[in-house]
Amino acid sequence: MKRVVLVLALLVVAGAALAWVLSAPKPRYTEAEWQALGLSGDAAAGRLVFFAGGCESCHKSPGQDDPLRLGGGLELKTPFGSFYPPNISSDPADGIGRWRPVDIANAVLSGVSPGGSHLYPAFPYSSYQRMTPQDVVDLIAFLRTLPAVPGRAPANDLAFPFSIRRAVGLWKLFYFDNAGLRPDPGQSAQWNRGRYLVEGPGHCGECHTPRGLLGEMDETRALAGAPLPDGHGKSPSLRSGGFLDWTTADIVEALTSGFTPVGDVLGAGMTAVVRNLAELPESDRQAIAVYLKSLPPLGPPAPAKP
Amino acid sequence: MKRLTTVVIALACGIGAVWADTDPIAERRALMKNDGMAAKKMFDMSKGTTPFDLATVQDSLKTLYEGASKSAALFPDDSKTGGGTAALPAIWQNKADFDARFAKFVKDVAAAQAGIVDEASFKKLAPAVFQNCGGCHELYKAKSG
Repeated sequence: MKRVVLVLALLVVAGAALAWVLSAPKPRYTEAEWQALGLSGDAAAGRLVFFAGGCESCHKSPGQDDPLRLGGGLELKTPFGSFYPPNISSDPADGIGRWRPVDIANAVLSGVSPGGSHLYPAFPYSSYQRMTPQDVVDLIAFLRTLPAVPGRAPANDLAFPFSIRRAVGLWKLFYFDNAGLRPDPGQSAQWNRGRYLVEGPGHCGECHTPRGLLGEMDETRALAGAPLPDGHGKSPSLRSGGFLDWTTADIVEALTSGFTPVGDVLGAGMTAVVRNLAELPESDRQAIAVYLKSLPPLGPPAPAKP
Repeated sequence: MKRLTTVVIALACGIGAVWADTDPIAERRALMKNDGMAAKKMFDMSKGTTPFDLATVQDSLKTLYEGASKSAALFPDDSKTGGGTAALPAIWQNKADFDARFAKFVKDVAAAQAGIVDEASFKKLAPAVFQNCGGCHELYKAKSG
């Protein structure tokens, strides 16, 4: 009997050790690797990356209209609890003013903080990991030009076991592909640009792709529409067929002014998305429309197996 | 007993009919749909997609004025859910702001009605009307579809 207990105890310890090793944060770049890329950032280009990425939708200080005041703290309600996006202003103490470029790159591309812990995937690095290093460098250059905003966001309020940050590492093992995005040479430059914007910085799938029990995106139903995380309403399908008879021009208009073909005006989270995308050149909204129109419709989800 | 049942059923039908007549969710959705179509006509003109036509603008503004004036009262406390409504609970948590936004919308439409006499004044005043749509939908309308 004693022996059985000993074996069980050893198994538990070994399991915990294995989980600890497997869940280790893996930043994409070391400082040396990042330096070796030899990239330099352009703030004007970074401004467009900032709006393509919709950073302000979550990080803007609540209760004011300036999208460039990034004090954080806007509550994001999800089935796992409430997230409070942090201050990403250039404030050295409360924001990211003291972060090295490689720290920001690793946060955006692999969801790892400068202190070496996991960031929760409510920060859409599952999509941002597809961004090019050049876009990230430009974004960093732009963020550096923004004002410092003092003050920290409240701590996340998550239900157990989601409150165990290290466990995000196990989630990443299963659901974070970290594969980047390779252009499809069989498609036009415009299509590839649209795909990059939609799947990378634009992170459309974070709301429009349905999620599984652990919040992982169901890529077999990419952009096919999903219930909103706060439980109010639904994000529609962005695939063709989902828009019924929307033309490319209709999509471009909706992403520019918010007006839909029937005179509705996009609301809820899309209002900020439209506000951001309207800052991009028209060619980018065209590219998004062309890519979305190219996605074949998906039927209704398969019925659950008995 | 049979008679009682009949009476109850008759009453239930009657109540149902009255309720259907004054279903604020259906009513505000219909008004909002009309508003959208009216706004869209003006929006297309402001973009130059369709030619400017003063009579259409005036018609559209009249629709918007009536819709906006009536809609504010169609969000009673018992109309938070059901009927396919896209209204968010935030409406009832911020009722004063919600009502103020409707009042501003009505005011902006009235100003446009009084001030739009030609294409130049239309281009100047129409954007103020459109701005109301997104401002309210962002806070108070769920995505749907």
